[in-house]
Amino acid sequence: MAISLRSDSAKGYALSMPAVVYVGFLVAVPLALMVAHSFWTQDYIDINRELTLENYRQAVDDPLIRLLLIRSVVIAGLVTGLTVLLAYPIAYFIAFKTQKKALWLILVTIPFWSSYLLRVFAWKLILGYNGVLNSGLLTVGLIDEPLSFILYNPNAVVLTLAHAWAPFAILPIYVSLQKIDPSLLEAATDLGNTAIERFLRVTLPLSIPGVIAASLIIFIPTVGDYVTPALVGGADGKMIANLIQVQFGAANDWPMGATLSIMAILVVAFVAAVFVISLRSAGRRIR
Amino acid sequence: MTRLQHLRPGLGSYAAAYLAFLYLPVLFLPVFSFNAGTIVAFPLTGFTFQWYEKLAEADALLGALGNSLIVGLATAVISTAIGLFAARAFARHSFFGRGPAEGLVMLPLVIPGIIVASSMLVLFINMGLQPSLLTIIAGHVFLALPFAVSILKSSFDQFDGSLEEAAYDLGETVVGTFRRVTLPVVAPGIVSSFLVTFTVSFDEFVLAFFLAGNEPTLPVYIWSQIRFPAKLPNTLALGTLLILGSILLLLAAEYFRRRAERSSASR
Repeated sequence: MAISLRSDSAKGYALSMPAVVYVGFLVAVPLALMVAHSFWTQDYIDINRELTLENYRQAVDDPLIRLLLIRSVVIAGLVTGLTVLLAYPIAYFIAFKTQKKALWLILVTIPFWSSYLLRVFAWKLILGYNGVLNSGLLTVGLIDEPLSFILYNPNAVVLTLAHAWAPFAILPIYVSLQKIDPSLLEAATDLGNTAIERFLRVTLPLSIPGVIAASLIIFIPTVGDYVTPALVGGADGKMIANLIQVQFGAANDWPMGATLSIMAILVVAFVAAVFVISLRSAGRRIR
Repeated sequence: MTRLQHLRPGLGSYAAAYLAFLYLPVLFLPVFSFNAGTIVAFPLTGFTFQWYEKLAEADALLGALGNSLIVGLATAVISTAIGLFAARAFARHSFFGRGPAEGLVMLPLVIPGIIVASSMLVLFINMGLQPSLLTIIAGHVFLALPFAVSILKSSFDQFDGSLEEAAYDLGETVVGTFRRVTLPVVAPGIVSSFLVTFTVSFDEFVLAFFLAGNEPTLPVYIWSQIRFPAKLPNTLALGTLLILGSILLLLAAEYFRRRAERSSASR
């Protein structure tokens, strides 16, 4: 008994048990409940527990739900692309072009630690019709009347989310760049590659895992973002999370809310899988 | 080589512009929190502290602050404690299923907030728990655990296991070894995990919004204020203080993390 308790794996199981059980319970049980709810229906204030596909049929037939799901994926995709594109040069800069790596890493992560809600709120103030940007440009005399295309639409949502998620893109890309063996870069140079060829044929393919990680870390939560579309999205920038919240709040139709959540999870999983597979094969083809 | 040197200033100035993009939006909060006018627009109309003075009179705000502190402290203690065991298991012991177990503990990082929030609401109501600070704490521990585990795991990774073996060989008990060898080396990591998980909880909105019931945390309170233009300057002053607090906490966490690195490197 004493010997088995001291064995390496027994200790590992015992120590990791609380965290694994806690997270496992809070992932599996709520998910099971959501799946169950999605096959039930709301009967005024009661829930009818007869299994039915009625919610899914309604959701698929509803043009508003289709629109919100597609818009959520498109906005999240744009945010992911923009964020990774803007972040890649910074990760490259920190990995290869500066001696003060630690300082830069802290500088890019600090804003992330200010409340997400407040950062979105700041963008609302900046982009407003009478907001910081418009009033600033008016005061300087660059524009004659306030720009109206910048708040309460999908552009504002993309911009705000791209700002909010920036550090999440930099760190994974930086880590994958940092791992590249310098002798590979030297070899490419010795074999006559120019700096640009070397980047395209060695550095970029080797950093694809970081790009994939960064994209997933941004894309998955962004599809289900609630705060940004609610604050800066207006009617045209609302996303699926806003509708899910209404189902669990004002509309009090949990089965429909659960159905939308499950559909959102499935759509996210599908898009993420297609993305990972295609980017991996693209990475292999360049090499 | 000359080409690369040409690239250097270009990339450097891009990096500087990027930092401006990261920081400028947030800096408008403090700037306008001292503005005398109630409209958030240029030109600035004068300097005032009155919005900060008004904060002290807002009872609902102080209540929400108290709630947030309770939830944050409980979340930090629980997630750091559970995380400490798990981090040790992942860093020191090899066992069948370790990879998937680590992956599972990191999962809360990548589930959309709205899904976590709505499914936990359904769970807690079905368990007969009404929304309260308790349910928020349960949810925040879930969200904070990945942060605790990854911070603590890196402090165990950097700490030479043979030090513990030496202590056992010299006759220390398990408890004595933990107290006199392990704890002093891992302590900065624990402090860092505590501060980070507290911050995660203190700033979290969506889950608290679903699970708050009639006990709002600070972000939920702020959400209720954002809709009222008349309350805008107060919200700016409050936001400025919160951002300042978060940054100080994070810098403290970073300081302790580095001390952990240095102390384990020098031993």
